[in-house]
Amino acid sequence: MNQAQAPALDVDKRRQSAYVATQAADARLNLEIETDGMTLNIGPQHPATHGTLRLVARLDGEQVVEAEPIMGYMHRGYEKLTEVRTYPQVTTLINRIDWLGSFANEVPFILAAEKLMEVEAPPRAVWIRTVLFELSRIANISLFLGDMAVQLGALTPVFMAFRDREFVLNQIEAVTGGRFHPNFNRIGGLKDDLPKGWIENTKAVMGRMRDFCDEFDELVLGNEIFQARCRGIGIIPADVGLAYGLSGANIRASGVDWDLRRDGSEALAYDQADWKVWTHPDGDSFARYWVRLQETREATKIVDQLLDGLPAGSIMAKVPRIIKVPAGEAYSATENPLGEMGYYIVSKGDLVPFRVKIRSASFSNMSISPWLLKGVFVPDIVTILASLYFILGDIDR
Amino acid sequence: MSAAFAQPFAPLLAQPLPSAMFALEVPYWVSSAIKLGLVALIIPTAALVLGYVFLLKMMSFMQSRLGPMEAGPYGTLQLLADGIKFLQKEDIFPEKADRTVFALAPLVVLISTFLIYVVIPAGPNAVVAQLDVGIFYALAVSSLSVVGILMAGWASSNKYALVGGLRAAGQLIAYELPLVLAVMGVVIQAGTLDLQKIVTAQAQGEIFGWDGIGNPFILTQFVGFFIFLVAVQAELTQPPFDMPVAESEIVGGYQVEYTGFRFLFFFMGEFGTAFAFAALAAVMFLGGWALPWGDITHWGFNIAGPVILLVKVLAVATLIFWFRFTYPRLREDQLQRLAWKFLIPLALANIVVTGIFKVVF
Repeated sequence: MNQAQAPALDVDKRRQSAYVATQAADARLNLEIETDGMTLNIGPQHPATHGTLRLVARLDGEQVVEAEPIMGYMHRGYEKLTEVRTYPQVTTLINRIDWLGSFANEVPFILAAEKLMEVEAPPRAVWIRTVLFELSRIANISLFLGDMAVQLGALTPVFMAFRDREFVLNQIEAVTGGRFHPNFNRIGGLKDDLPKGWIENTKAVMGRMRDFCDEFDELVLGNEIFQARCRGIGIIPADVGLAYGLSGANIRASGVDWDLRRDGSEALAYDQADWKVWTHPDGDSFARYWVRLQETREATKIVDQLLDGLPAGSIMAKVPRIIKVPAGEAYSATENPLGEMGYYIVSKGDLVPFRVKIRSASFSNMSISPWLLKGVFVPDIVTILASLYFILGDIDR
Repeated sequence: MSAAFAQPFAPLLAQPLPSAMFALEVPYWVSSAIKLGLVALIIPTAALVLGYVFLLKMMSFMQSRLGPMEAGPYGTLQLLADGIKFLQKEDIFPEKADRTVFALAPLVVLISTFLIYVVIPAGPNAVVAQLDVGIFYALAVSSLSVVGILMAGWASSNKYALVGGLRAAGQLIAYELPLVLAVMGVVIQAGTLDLQKIVTAQAQGEIFGWDGIGNPFILTQFVGFFIFLVAVQAELTQPPFDMPVAESEIVGGYQVEYTGFRFLFFFMGEFGTAFAFAALAAVMFLGGWALPWGDITHWGFNIAGPVILLVKVLAVATLIFWFRFTYPRLREDQLQRLAWKFLIPLALANIVVTGIFKVVF
């Protein structure tokens, strides 16, 4: 620098312009560096949303400032479609709501319709209904047990879940003829009786599923990394959970002892078996997984006991050939694999329902996610979504 | 080799290797080209072998399935078929991508892999370049890949890719340290950074005066071996440390926008690096290409060495991939905590203990 030789005026000018340039650069720099947070659009096509859930998350670094689930990408209008279908046709449709436990979807609708018609299914039909209900619960939740591990990065458990779930599906298929969408319930009973030798086979499968539960107890729940990822993540206090209308294992994991199988008034055979409603005091992701694992084991016990004492008799009550449901309103809800599922039927005495309102568990279970996702890290979004366990068909209907 | 068997070949075997085998005087550029070609051939082969043996078969058997069975006997040609498929794919650039950087990123990753192979010895003379600072060089060039990954993450103009790239940068830098510190124990024990001399030190070493199996450093440096394996797992971004590519969270991270042969480059880089790190572990902890018996300067080791090394590499790779298929994923902060609060102090303690033993014995 040889500024001494330069004319004084020039120096001043140069200094001035340099000053201005520096200020401008600083201003630009400040503008560029100022971090405004990032909006991350998770979904509709994203593996963690297994389906088409969309989650708009505003991030600060890896931390979620706020997240909002946007539902409706899979809306199929089932409530409206039921209005142009006769009662027996509706079960075909509502099978597809929670596609992993489809038999369980049919039951509350049929029960509500039976309530309106004042028909009672014979005891054998009720018992078999309950058995198939629990089988679809096992088929549903066993997949969750594997899927949650996949969401956390462990690839192997889901293959074991698919492997053992297959046996349960085979049993459902042997009775109903359908692996995924049985469409087996009729108003007043069931379509068919059990095939020969089915009871022994099912008991063997239930033993196998108990082994599966023991295996997962050690393989997944006992894994240190799994515990580190799940414990204390996504804690739902009992009062918040109740305020958001959570049901099923999600609310039982928060310590609320509420199970429609025991506490509901529906005509199913659960009171004939000796079983336990599991709750967990923690309310975190780990607790939700733990409760579901215990429930799967309980379900195998229910199936075993009901099959032991299966009453004889017919499987179909006397119902008219053309089903017309008398005018009136009825609501019926059962404890489905995902939580409380209910149908509110309004009938005007026609062949078709006047209006059906479907109360599905996942919709309410997902509604807590904005509250739950505030302040967590991006990897925990996946943990929390997986542990809440939703099925898109059950959210959007 | 027994003495009786070697009798007729004695005159031949007595000759030192360069005059016996490479008597041809080749120009420098020709030998360099041959060596480069060899390395360029080894990387895809290594990636194929590891990909087939572990990714396709071992993983399948652990998950009670068969894996690919149709392409070739037992599906051996599946990866070749996949590679050909990748070459046929359209080469897609995202609209707002930085095209040059986007195109260069996979090359940078692959070059970093390529450079590691240069110093890995597979026999007394079967090494591309014997450097005095071999292990230092290998670890230095291996961390170049983070540049490529950051480039890929940034240039994709995708938020998932950016998050993945930044995660990778944080993770690879955090795990460079335990990696280097774990190696320090071996370096102190062998007294050299030269990989070739580390092999010699293990083959000619002795355990308290007993030289039955030499002195493979895994016996004394088991802590270092453990830390090295954990750090390698993080370097390779494999489960339980695969947050940069976490498929259920950020859908492949920095690879998310790549298709076709550029994706193939990332794939080859990943498995090529896995092979290279397994080879480094085999060289430093398991005795490398040498067997503790016989004369290791014998030229026959140039033929047998690569086979011996391959066996040891596969043994180490089995461990690496076993972890990969067994564990769930840690969270990013848990990973950093593991590195800074557990692995690095442990590695430092290992160095201190090794130093004390070196002085005392």
